[in-house]
Amino acid sequence: MSVFWSELQEYFPFLLKGAEITLQLSIISMAFGMILGFLTAVGRLSDKKIIRWPLEAYVEIWRDTPLIVQLLLIYFSLPELGIVLSAFWAGVLGLTLNLSAYLSEVYRAAILAVDQGQKAAALSLGMSPFQMYRRLIIPQAFVACLPTQGGYFIALLKDCSLVSFISVNELLRHATIMISNTFDSMNTYLMVAIIYFCMSFTSARCVSWLERKLTPSRNRKPKIKPTMSEMSEGGTII
Amino acid sequence: MTIEPPPPVITLEQIYKSYGDNTVLRGVDLTVRQGEAVFLIGPSGGGKSTLLRCINFLERPEAGTLTFLGEPLCSQNRTNFSIAPEKQLRQARSRMPMVFQQFNLFSHRTVLENVMEGPVTVKKTPKSVAVCLAREALDRVHMLQKQDHYPDQLSGGQKQRVAIARALAMEPPVILFDEPTSALDPELVSGVQTIISDLSGQGLTLLVVTHDPAFVQSTAHKVCFCDDGHILESGTVSDIYTNPRTERVQKFILSSGSRMT
Repeated sequence: MSVFWSELQEYFPFLLKGAEITLQLSIISMAFGMILGFLTAVGRLSDKKIIRWPLEAYVEIWRDTPLIVQLLLIYFSLPELGIVLSAFWAGVLGLTLNLSAYLSEVYRAAILAVDQGQKAAALSLGMSPFQMYRRLIIPQAFVACLPTQGGYFIALLKDCSLVSFISVNELLRHATIMISNTFDSMNTYLMVAIIYFCMSFTSARCVSWLERKLTPSRNRKPKIKPTMSEMSEGGTII
Repeated sequence: MTIEPPPPVITLEQIYKSYGDNTVLRGVDLTVRQGEAVFLIGPSGGGKSTLLRCINFLERPEAGTLTFLGEPLCSQNRTNFSIAPEKQLRQARSRMPMVFQQFNLFSHRTVLENVMEGPVTVKKTPKSVAVCLAREALDRVHMLQKQDHYPDQLSGGQKQRVAIARALAMEPPVILFDEPTSALDPELVSGVQTIISDLSGQGLTLLVVTHDPAFVQSTAHKVCFCDDGHILESGTVSDIYTNPRTERVQKFILSSGSRMT
């Protein structure tokens, strides 16, 4: 055990360095993935087939092939076409394209789920469709799909471990390097799992906080307070 | 000496609308004059709501002429049917806002923000002015004290009053009401109806679809009976409820128990 502690002191900063790269990869890919996913979603809602069909093909291709294959293609095969990316940016590109395909479906569903009546109300005030989307539909849709987006962010954070296959020095790769020096796979992988858990758990809490922050009406006290008799029945308000 | 009738606000001539094989409006003629409260009554599925939605082009009519404040929004001659450009339609819509059965308030905005939305976004009214406008409109529907609440904290009647304020804040010459009290429980109906009657008393032009005979009888200047895509009969409250000319209207008035003697 004491050997492990000394190893830990030596290698923990090294693991954290890997975790930092993992976070960078996730945050950058998430940001690009959200933008690209949103544009794809809007395009897929267009009534012009010439816009809709290529985007549908894009979403299907990226969803229906494994991420690891996509990453290998981007890192090892694109250079044959003259496009050379560093391992890190190849990782960002692969994760972004993959994520945007999934997020576009989330956004599309959320946009369609906004109450039709509110759309009619917006139009009947004389708003243009652009104003209606910008002021009413997108803000509501974005908040409605925040939990799902949070789920995708956590999945992304963990999918980043796949990027170690294309030699990006993220958390899992640093762990592998550490094990090749210490031969202590059990404790190292446990450390890695704990670090992943901490990052994911923190992200999940941040998303919940953001969700509460952005739905102000739910923060207020309920308009009708439960009466004493309702409270004695277990305090559930129906 | 004859009194000039007030100028028309909305004029419909031979408006048609169908969904696929189902023809909903088969040549509707209707004139709404300034200051009038015109009520559309009739059985469900008769085309009342579609007619209302064709007037503000939430649904597009397929034939006929519709004139709003002297400007044609769609026009029909012998061979051609044309609809005004989108921009003109939007401008017209902003001058005839609609109040819906299901209120349709913007759920992520407070009461005050709901009412300000139209003036700020559509009419580009400066925020400071829009706040005053919105407060004034909320005061007219007795909802000023709830200005910072969110729609999900309000009762149905309160929501509908906010929806009316949202329409009033556009300072429109006419407001369209699509069954404004149908989704309210009976206790809340009269509060909303009183507000609508008061607006009419203050000279605002109204076009109202409703199923409530008492509301029609208390407020309408003109009643139109709409069935099977036509306006079968129109006239004053007593024309329709006391001396209906056609058998169809007689039957409807009798069955709804709203005949006046």
